[in-house]
Amino acid sequence: MTRRRATLLKNPIRERQLFQVRGIIALLFSLLLMTILISRMFYLQLTQHEHYTTLSTNNQVSIRPIAPTRGLIYDRNGVVLAQNLPTYSLEIIRERVEDIDQTLEEIGELIQVSGEDLTRFRRELKRSRRFKAVPLRFRLDNREVALIAVNRHRLPGVEINSTLTRHYPQGELTAHTVGYVGRINEKELKQLDPSNYATTTYIGKIGVEKSYESLLHGMVGHQQVETNVRGRVLRVLERTPPEPGQNIHLNIDTALQRVAQQAFGEERGALVAIEPESGAVLSLVSVPSYDPNLFVNGIPLKTYRALSDNRDQPLFNRALRGQYPPGSTTKPFIGLAGLELNQITTLNTIACKGWYSLKNDDHRYRDWKKTGHGTIGLNRAIVESCDVFFYDLSLKLGIDRISSYLAHFGFGKKNGIDIGGESRGLLPNRKWKRRIRKEPWFPGETLITGIGQGFFLTTPLQLSSATAALSLRGRHMRPLVVREIEDPGSHLSTPLPPTLIHQAPIVNDGNWWRIERAMTQVIHGPKGTARRISHGLRYKIAGKTGTSQVFTVAQDAEYDAEEISKRLRDHALFVAYAPVKKPKIAVALIVENGGSGGAVAAPIARKLIDRYLLGDNATRGRDTDAAQ
Amino acid sequence: MLLSDASSSHGLFRRFHLDPPLLAGLLLLAGIGLVILFSAASQNEAQLWRQVTRLAVSFGVMLLFAQISPDTLMRWSHWIFAIGLIMLVAVLVFGDTGKGAQRWLRLGSIRFQPSELMKLAVPMMVAAYLAEKPLPPRLSHLFIATLVALVPTLLIAKQPDLGTAVLIASSGIFVLLFAGLQWRIIGIASVLAVPTAWLLWTFGMHDYQRTRVLTFLNPENDPLGAGYHIIQSKIAIGSGGTYGKGWLNGTQSHLEFLPERHTDFIFAVFGEEFGFIGILLLLTLYFLIVLRGLYIASQAQDSFSRLLAGALTMTFLIYVFVNIGMVSGLLPVVGVPLPLVSFGGSSMVTLMAAFGILMSIHTHRKLLKD
Repeated sequence: MTRRRATLLKNPIRERQLFQVRGIIALLFSLLLMTILISRMFYLQLTQHEHYTTLSTNNQVSIRPIAPTRGLIYDRNGVVLAQNLPTYSLEIIRERVEDIDQTLEEIGELIQVSGEDLTRFRRELKRSRRFKAVPLRFRLDNREVALIAVNRHRLPGVEINSTLTRHYPQGELTAHTVGYVGRINEKELKQLDPSNYATTTYIGKIGVEKSYESLLHGMVGHQQVETNVRGRVLRVLERTPPEPGQNIHLNIDTALQRVAQQAFGEERGALVAIEPESGAVLSLVSVPSYDPNLFVNGIPLKTYRALSDNRDQPLFNRALRGQYPPGSTTKPFIGLAGLELNQITTLNTIACKGWYSLKNDDHRYRDWKKTGHGTIGLNRAIVESCDVFFYDLSLKLGIDRISSYLAHFGFGKKNGIDIGGESRGLLPNRKWKRRIRKEPWFPGETLITGIGQGFFLTTPLQLSSATAALSLRGRHMRPLVVREIEDPGSHLSTPLPPTLIHQAPIVNDGNWWRIERAMTQVIHGPKGTARRISHGLRYKIAGKTGTSQVFTVAQDAEYDAEEISKRLRDHALFVAYAPVKKPKIAVALIVENGGSGGAVAAPIARKLIDRYLLGDNATRGRDTDAAQ
Repeated sequence: MLLSDASSSHGLFRRFHLDPPLLAGLLLLAGIGLVILFSAASQNEAQLWRQVTRLAVSFGVMLLFAQISPDTLMRWSHWIFAIGLIMLVAVLVFGDTGKGAQRWLRLGSIRFQPSELMKLAVPMMVAAYLAEKPLPPRLSHLFIATLVALVPTLLIAKQPDLGTAVLIASSGIFVLLFAGLQWRIIGIASVLAVPTAWLLWTFGMHDYQRTRVLTFLNPENDPLGAGYHIIQSKIAIGSGGTYGKGWLNGTQSHLEFLPERHTDFIFAVFGEEFGFIGILLLLTLYFLIVLRGLYIASQAQDSFSRLLAGALTMTFLIYVFVNIGMVSGLLPVVGVPLPLVSFGGSSMVTLMAAFGILMSIHTHRKLLKD
């Protein structure tokens, strides 16, 4: 059958009919395909239109953050302590440069470009989009900026970009209060609000910059931009400007700070000056200091090592974190405790023979004056700084009463300074010793606590703050570095209100007055330990010298400062407030291994107080006197 | 007008063997193509003029092919097919590589894509072979005809150029279908297609081809890699809506989100700027051209002409369907241009040659006046 059909001739009419049928099927098939396509378009363009419109909008519009300008920091007289300076960098946009090697060569002829710069530039160039600016050189000086600007027509695609960089014009003078900013590290990144810090690369690391970070930073702004697929910004659609950070005015007086810092000379040490009524920190010195500008753009490791390994520890904030035995500067407080707790009166006297010993113990507790002070009462004991009197008084008070009374003046705890970073110091008592040292308290330890030695440790800030409180009859104000916060837009300032942190219980004003009188005689009395600074003094100072032992002198050994290396010499301390009638400034300072408080520490305080109470002229006059 | 026979009334068209309705449709399409290309190519006039040049050349080729009578074509079929086959093998041996595929053959300074020639040679050869046999074809004839289509298809798939392979295979299949391929054979072939597809997937495909198929099945799987094309083109089309964003206002294309927007993906630009209404009109135009082609096939006087005209027309339809299907996410991305609209040379020349053949078939009829 099949074979027969094969021999059949072609049948044109049948073939034509067959084709017509297939043609109609083809037509229907075409219609089917077209219907499929149209349904698909209907689905995409009508049913799903909204969905794709959203996607399309997201594709092209993106939100770009704009960094706010960091707030400025001023001192109490409007001297700028932290500012934002434009720094210039040279950037190259690859797609606008025809011959990159030639361009680099030409730039190299104009300004200095190191091999390091070139390597980094080429590496970054490979990773960047062609329309992105890639930096070649940072921190161009004015001459270099001008050179590039003049030759700009020859260098298409080469641009000078200016960015704001934090700068501290006072350098190391205010480093320990203002602090510094640095690049945000990973740990900080985790705690930050990611949207507000989207374009911020710097953050306060220490000092005012750190404590007031949230105010200084400001609020990030946004712009809605239309971009293409490679992220190139085509136009800006909407802009929410950033809110610049708040300006901060400090209580610090830069001129005073300079006088204090210079007065230290080459010595190491710290000084804190406070306005008693407000708690305002007028000056905070820790020497040696460092240049905070080094930290802003990332400090080179070598430089950092040099600073951190320095034996003089310039990075260490002695004023807040340095813990020193207060030495004899404790005596006014112990004396006040003795009077207030009715253990002595000003009429009580003892016989000082140059040493003191406990019953059933032949250990001799020395007085600084080997020959002894003879018969001595409280007043002379403070003025001449008799140790034996205070050994006796301490024993009468006992460690627990000493400890709890001194705590009223802020010893042994943080005083709550607004820039943070302070140490607690150490105010010892029985409980503390049992807990930490697992040992009972020995009476001998009470004696040396009474002259500010032994376990007792204070920071310069605590001493200054306590002195300020003493000058106000126990009214202890919180120490504040910041004076007011200024809104950069309206220029309205909000002052930080003075805060009372504690009122020390002084029952009898007479007791307090007796202590003040003794402290005044320390300077103005004929036998006062700081009498040498009274020369030409136009106001009254109340103060107390101190010398704290770093090195324990062996029993019966002769003490000779000359023989002991400088590093083992005593710390020289001095606390004071002035004018006595109406205290405007309280100061505490320590000169590490300075030796005698009266000879080394007190003159520094005099210079500072002179400058503060008498102003510029007084200091200048005194300097000329000294020169003659 | 479309289905009427206008050639007798217009001497000039008749002398040059042109078919006015088809020519009108093609010119209109080319015009639309230029308009959207101007937008897709970011208003680059140089690119526009290059396309105009290509169009001129292509229409010239069409005119040339229209002058060759179907009888001559049928006689040449074997030779053209043989030459094409030899060149395909040559491509695999020493062809130029472009975009990871060996497609080009260099003859002196001219680069040539033999697969383009095969787009015409395969349907011509199959049609010429079957036209001499009684129809519907016997199984042995069918086997030879299938072989004629299959060998070049596999050679091209090996290059690899999946899009062209699909087009060539379908051109051969359409000849068979028009020749009256029995329905039961169609049924058996459909059943056999499944294991064949599996074999092809396992042994016959390059990795990038498999990736394309997988990406097609789930584009969101790899939104920044292989799926990017499809997602972006769907966004472009979908965001166009009913009326489109207007000419030159397509954001997806102008903001450079859409890749290959002036070549294979130009339909997405069209859809974004002219919307559903525009697409409806464009598809209608394509459909009218197909309709005219089928009409020409039905009016042809001999088997060869009928089969060739029908197959070329349906291949044109497959072009349109595969391109729009892949751009809109219905089909995998196989690299088929949108006829007469996409920017690009060689495939347009072949396409216009095919329309030249259609015109020739229609105008070389021996008019039998009754």
